[in-house]
Amino acid sequence: MQAKRGWGNATDTIQKTRRIPVIKRLWGYVIGGKWLLLLALVLTIGSNVLALAGPKLSGNAIDALAGGKGMVDFPTVYYYVLLMLGFYILSSLLSLVLSRLMIRLTQQIVVRLRGDVFEHISRLPVSFFDRHQSGDIISHITYDIDTLAASLSSDVITVSTSVITVVGSLVMMLTICPLLVAVFAVTVPLSMLFTRFMSRKVRPLFRKRSRALGEMNGFVEEMASGLNTIKAYNREEYADERFMSHNSDACQSYYEADYYACMTGPGVNFINNLSLSLISCFGALMFLSGGISLGNLSSFVLYSRKFSGPINETANILSEMQSALAAAERVFRLLDEKEEEKDSEGAEMPEKLRGSVAFDNVSFGYLKSKIVLHNVCLDIPAGSVTAIVGATGAGKTTLVNLLMRFYDPNSGAVLMDERDLRALPRAELRKSYTMVLQDTWLFEGTVINNLRYGKPDASLEEVENACRRARIDSFIRSLPSGYDTVLSEDGANISRGQKQLLCIARAMLGKKKMLILDEATSNVDIRTEKLIQDAMAELMRGKTCFVIAHRLSTIVGADRILVMKDGDVVESGTHAELMKAGGTYSELYRAQFA
Amino acid sequence: MKRLFAYLQKYMGRMGLGLVIKFVGTMMDLLIPWALTHILNEVVPQKDVGLLLWWSAGMFAFSAIAFSFNVIANRMATVVARDSALEIRRDAFSQMVRLTVPETDRISQSSLISRLTTDTYNVHAFIGRIQRLGVRAPILLIGGAVITLSMEPVLAGVLLATMPLVTFASIMINRKGLPMFLRQQKAIDKLVLTVRDNITGARVIKALGMEESEIERFAGVNSDVSLWETRSGATMALSSPIMNVILNMGLCAVILVGAARSDLGLTQPGTVIAFLTYFSIILNAMLNITRIFVMYTKASASMRRLDELLSAKTELPQVYMDDCADKNAAIEFSRVRFSYSGGEDEKLNLRDISFKLQKGETLGVLGATGSGKSTLIRLLERFYTVSGGDIYIFGKPICEYGEKELHSLFGSAFQSDILFADTIRANIDFGRGLSDEAIVKALRCAQAYDFVSSQEEGLERRLAPRGADLSGGQKQRLYIARALAASPKILVLDDSSSALDYQTDAALRHDIRQMYPETTVVLIAQRVSSVHSSDLILCLDDGRSVGLGTHDELMRSCEVYRETAQLQMGGDI
Repeated sequence: MQAKRGWGNATDTIQKTRRIPVIKRLWGYVIGGKWLLLLALVLTIGSNVLALAGPKLSGNAIDALAGGKGMVDFPTVYYYVLLMLGFYILSSLLSLVLSRLMIRLTQQIVVRLRGDVFEHISRLPVSFFDRHQSGDIISHITYDIDTLAASLSSDVITVSTSVITVVGSLVMMLTICPLLVAVFAVTVPLSMLFTRFMSRKVRPLFRKRSRALGEMNGFVEEMASGLNTIKAYNREEYADERFMSHNSDACQSYYEADYYACMTGPGVNFINNLSLSLISCFGALMFLSGGISLGNLSSFVLYSRKFSGPINETANILSEMQSALAAAERVFRLLDEKEEEKDSEGAEMPEKLRGSVAFDNVSFGYLKSKIVLHNVCLDIPAGSVTAIVGATGAGKTTLVNLLMRFYDPNSGAVLMDERDLRALPRAELRKSYTMVLQDTWLFEGTVINNLRYGKPDASLEEVENACRRARIDSFIRSLPSGYDTVLSEDGANISRGQKQLLCIARAMLGKKKMLILDEATSNVDIRTEKLIQDAMAELMRGKTCFVIAHRLSTIVGADRILVMKDGDVVESGTHAELMKAGGTYSELYRAQFA
Repeated sequence: MKRLFAYLQKYMGRMGLGLVIKFVGTMMDLLIPWALTHILNEVVPQKDVGLLLWWSAGMFAFSAIAFSFNVIANRMATVVARDSALEIRRDAFSQMVRLTVPETDRISQSSLISRLTTDTYNVHAFIGRIQRLGVRAPILLIGGAVITLSMEPVLAGVLLATMPLVTFASIMINRKGLPMFLRQQKAIDKLVLTVRDNITGARVIKALGMEESEIERFAGVNSDVSLWETRSGATMALSSPIMNVILNMGLCAVILVGAARSDLGLTQPGTVIAFLTYFSIILNAMLNITRIFVMYTKASASMRRLDELLSAKTELPQVYMDDCADKNAAIEFSRVRFSYSGGEDEKLNLRDISFKLQKGETLGVLGATGSGKSTLIRLLERFYTVSGGDIYIFGKPICEYGEKELHSLFGSAFQSDILFADTIRANIDFGRGLSDEAIVKALRCAQAYDFVSSQEEGLERRLAPRGADLSGGQKQRLYIARALAASPKILVLDDSSSALDYQTDAALRHDIRQMYPETTVVLIAQRVSSVHSSDLILCLDDGRSVGLGTHDELMRSCEVYRETAQLQMGGDI
């Protein structure tokens, strides 16, 4: 298997991804709320027009008081001031509604996006999680999507407001003096060039930043999982040191992105100032040659400010949008990670599953170059108990990975009821198994919810019954809230053995055809194991069972024992046969009484 | 927030300089319209083309200065943000790895993760932006106020009278918003938790075919985050329209008062017009301040969470005691009692445990699931402090050891130990700078050398996160090698050979005694075969010591032990 590989290392391929596809995909999410979006647009126009009316009204009011001493037309002043008040309040109200609407809209998008990412994660093959750090995956759902949300909620409004104003003022300027508009022929391309330069420069830096933060996240997650180990070895300083290199990478790449991004505002300001200078210079010259009136020149200047103001604003958020795009790209890349292959056409489970399994010349390696199972052939009749023994690393867990189709063989085929597993629906196939593993897994939630995990409709009675048989009932009752006790993260408040008993109880609830016990009682003490023996026997009855255990005493009754060594099945037979043969198995068996 | 300012303190000089530069840059921005007015009012009427060009050049120069000063100031701000975020995050991390175990339990792993990530991002972004936006807006605000005051104090007074209202509104919104941001971050903790659950439990979820129900569970968490994001956002969205309304009402008042004063001949209409112009500058500045203020609220919620982490307890108190125990004993437990919940009697997880172990001896601890074996280790290494009784190591009570001093005596392999996404060497060495011989010796002793050297890259082989590409037994052997590598005075193996086959387990125990004869060993196991050769065996049942002695003694005197041994050795399933 491959060691950790950040998504980011494939920098070259990312460079080639274009902005357009990312925006297009993002648009797919935005368009989902198109009515809200349309409403938002209407509100934007409304509140802008109302706000634009303000100065005009105040101008009228001022005209009315312009008479000077004793000549003020109070009724008119009152009239316009009242109107102003009304307009402003209305406009503020509209903008409040607008921003809340945008929050709604953004949240809709974000919730969908997060849901999609999560859903996708849950459909990714197990091998994906073996390769990637969970912290980095989490970073996609938190940091990247947050960045995107922040930009969506504010930037979309700003951009649409800008468009309205820009178009309006351009029209006004053209009516005043088309010749002077020519000045923008210099500055507009200039600002476009600048923008282009910036986005070329900045976008890779933002990508780098997202990646560095993801890597730091991964490291933090890893360290948080190993806090006890760090403490026990006094490795705090070492952890600090290693964190610092991630930390400074993250901060430095943040800085580098900002180093250029913070040029955007002043840069665009500069171009605006430049156009103002040009307008005043040429405008004044034109005025001198009689090409424009002073009044028109001053309105032209005012409109040019209005014209460039929004562009300025847009440029300011440009850097934010760059980081949002980089984040979106990362999210989409995760969404593009290959899911588990779709079930093949017409895949369906046999009407009535008997539960026979066969390995037909199976070879497999986690890496293509490193085969761990060599041409394994097995024939396991339905309802039989097969035990798999062997030294650690002999390939026992790999067999399970293939049985459950967490991985597919490189060559050969695994068959169930004479059908290739690849021709069966994956979810159904897995559901036909009950599994108790060495690495137990409980999620944060109540004990009862954890128990009902495989069978949500199990009655309380059923659950308690299963727990009694698994000898965990009295322990659960001793917990502060009994069956409703919330298990903390990683089930830290109960021991590993108790976790396994819970998992066994969970397995008892689901009535399945196939059973995998992978060191299912490795953490359960021998006395308890003895006590649950009947329950285990009942659990195994009528099922095709695969049992992996080191404690050979637990498997002597198996119908067949497979002894694995370095990826090969070296011996196969019943306990008696193998003991008589005097091979690896008999050695192993005797060793436990040494 | 106080703590944030403490971090920023030492950058005050740099921030001050940045502020001055930013101030100059902003002033240049303001000079340009002024220059334009000057051209139109003074230069053009003179019809002097040369002078006009000079002024235009001047404007260009102003623009260039404004650009470069603003860029310099912004970059300085980014540097400060980078350096201070680096420090805050560094401190938060080193705090995290030094937290006492009960504190870690209290805050929870996923909350630690989100504090170190999303919360520090918020703070980092805040430090950067406050310096950029936070300077420009007040300059414009103050500049506008000063100019209006000098023009017409009465009208300016009317405008400024709105300020208390604005301040009041801001404070109210902050009060309302802050708890929402705190709730929001908490919801994010939960989100992180759910995603982690699903990543670490991917196999089980798939095996049980529970993808759909997990997606549903996530949907609940997801919409909870969204709910609080919406609420906090909606609250903060109030600020801008409220400011707008208040300020515009002030403006209307200015016109009314202006009209009255103009009627009395106290004010020129032109002044009222100028007021309106400056008013728009002030309004803009106010809106920017609102934006800062939203960031401030968000950042202070995050800072509060970081502050909680930074002021959490790190080291257990070191206590001095006068009574002294057996100097020769490596480990001595004297009537040790402990309860996780702090309760008594029924709630005790360990009660009255006493034993004495000499240097170089091996203690085997055997007991049923949940009998308190791991708790014993946690007390021995002082992850938790005893509720009663004393523990001595080399004759010194453990509470008299500094935490570092105590832990440096131990090499431990835990039940839920972890391997990092790094090379095998780095995982064994763990930054202790061990020699190759020490590492190889430990690997040999832990029966891990064969599989490590059969790897193409040997010690340099990179492991997948959490060692996911190794089998259970391989992982356990690496934990043990790590524990042994520094030749510890005391070796603790907490059920760390459960995934090993009997042969390997026996070889391991044999080699530990042969290769590390000086080391005192505490061995926790489920299997009698793992502990039967120990010098001393402690048999636990429900937190009580039910047997203490050698294998032969216990076979005679301890029923639990005998029963376990018979079940196991008899192997009659």
